[in-house]
Amino acid sequence: MSPFDARANPTPGKLPESFCVMDCAALARTTGYSAQSLRELRDALLEVDVASIYYHFWGGLLRPALDDPEYMNDFAVWVGRQLRDQVLAERLAMIDAAAQPTLEDLRSELVELCDDRLDTLESPLWVNRDRAFYFLSARLVVIPTGRFIHAPAELPAALSHFSRGSIFYHFVDARRRREDGRDDLRAWVEDHDGGASAPIAARLAAVDPFQGSLVQLKRQVINAIEAGLQEVSR
Amino acid sequence: MNGLLQRYAGVVGDDVIEHLLSLAKPLAGLRVVHVNSTRVGGGVAEILNKMVPFMQELGLAATWEVITGDETFFACTKTFHNALQGFAVMPTAGQLRSYEQTNAHNAERLRSVLADAEIVVIHDPQPAPLLGFVPERRGLWIWRCHIDLSRPHRPVWKYLLPHVVGYDASIFSLADFARRLPHPCYLIPPSIDPLAEKNIELEASEIADVRRQFNLDPDRFLVTQVSRFDRFKDPLGVIQAYRLVKSYVPGLQLVLAGGEATDDPEGAVVLEEVLAAAERDPDVRILLLPADAHRTINALQRASDLILQKSTREGFGLTVTEGLWKGKPVIGGNVGGIRLQVHDHQTGFLVDTPEGAALRMRYLLSHREIRERMGRTARVFVLENFLLTRHLLEYLALFHGLRKGQDDRIEVA
Repeated sequence: MSPFDARANPTPGKLPESFCVMDCAALARTTGYSAQSLRELRDALLEVDVASIYYHFWGGLLRPALDDPEYMNDFAVWVGRQLRDQVLAERLAMIDAAAQPTLEDLRSELVELCDDRLDTLESPLWVNRDRAFYFLSARLVVIPTGRFIHAPAELPAALSHFSRGSIFYHFVDARRRREDGRDDLRAWVEDHDGGASAPIAARLAAVDPFQGSLVQLKRQVINAIEAGLQEVSR
Repeated sequence: MNGLLQRYAGVVGDDVIEHLLSLAKPLAGLRVVHVNSTRVGGGVAEILNKMVPFMQELGLAATWEVITGDETFFACTKTFHNALQGFAVMPTAGQLRSYEQTNAHNAERLRSVLADAEIVVIHDPQPAPLLGFVPERRGLWIWRCHIDLSRPHRPVWKYLLPHVVGYDASIFSLADFARRLPHPCYLIPPSIDPLAEKNIELEASEIADVRRQFNLDPDRFLVTQVSRFDRFKDPLGVIQAYRLVKSYVPGLQLVLAGGEATDDPEGAVVLEEVLAAAERDPDVRILLLPADAHRTINALQRASDLILQKSTREGFGLTVTEGLWKGKPVIGGNVGGIRLQVHDHQTGFLVDTPEGAALRMRYLLSHREIRERMGRTARVFVLENFLLTRHLLEYLALFHGLRKGQDDRIEVA
């Protein structure tokens, strides 16, 4: 089983003490699977390790990207831009990956959408080899930064120094890594002071980490915390 | 933080350097040896010239070894290079013998260094057989292939394959460039060095001097393509696009800057065709620059309103990265690594035809604000993704990864 789907890793912040800021880097690697047509994409989806499905939904956030990606997963991007099937691209883009209980469920959803589309197409969709989809996966290297946050009031300033890797680790990866599905910061705030910071936790819970780049997510998180802190101080 | 790290921190920020230091700390003293076939010239040497001292500053015991060989050896490896990129050529039996003997001799010369190293990074096919000549090796060996292997001439790949299958891992620049191998294949795009002559900030006066040197009018638009005179770079398509735009933007100037004529007979033929196509147009400058004209290239890119890289086949396309780093939108061919860097309406435009290039040139030259916005986005995009510091970070992550087995999640203490 891929550790990407593991739910048992310990929380990096030593609750209820200081929050330990972690950083991470993704090492992309090939899987040997590629697709030049919708049918090949569907067949590979059935066989490829779930780590690759994780990578193409979330790992891509750590890849070179701009702030305004059209679709939030690589399958939708490829189907839309290379296969030029907007119908399927839109459906793939609307998959709520975070709501799928496991990566196997996510795989089934992807295959189901591809099958459904294949049933309705009159002619096969394919691209030249230089526009093929390559299934990749990644190894996540996690490192402590040596920086600690001691109180919620320190969060906005501390977050402004978070790298993209730190944002990914604590806000994206955490939701799959942690059994309770919370992000690390919300977990720390909620467990930190017996509910006094509940407004911050509530605003963090409302942040959707899958609707933009990591830079945009960082801005969203800072805004949520600042608004939460204001509410706490009232 | 010492001098070198401070200089880079001035460009990428303290946080990035701290990130590198955190990753490097558990690797302090790690004996890393890079091996390639030349100390000067070419992209690999350029990267190692900066990468190795940087690793040393971060505390790794990194060194760089260069294998030596005679003309026959380099004729063989030049043929490999062409064949791996798809040309149907094969070294002679004598050249292949030289290839293996040269590697055997170099293995003897470097034996103690290679055997003791904890990580050995072998760059490209030239030193690939070293692995087989150091059976007592104790470390992990990585084959770093900078070449596009997507369409190799099969007899050459079949010959080289036994020399690379034994490595612990390979690194390719892009997924499309990789081949299936029986060990993990990692993807690490190349990078540019922001402090190199080619990319460093220049005074306005130096840029003005270069404009004067080539008789370029600062009050008229300038578009530039920097690349070898090679059909895959489509210089004729660039001239065609320029002509299509010229009727709408009469003052437009075009620079095609490439290296001086080399021993590549094809390059000379293409250059002749380009000169003929330019038809002595006074606003088209065909520049043959020496290999070390880095500051001149830098100034030309900075003097330009747009950068073109209208390739029909491309590796990663570091000239695109250079243009983006200088805050210029890039109109690039929809191929290879250009796709990773040029994003429509954000850092430039991808095009498939001279007409497409003309369409986008005309649009961008008519919209100064859009050009400037794209230029700002382009620079930040390179800052975050394609500088030497990111490249180094991925190497460090890989070293951690290799030392921790095959787990998908590696927790560094």
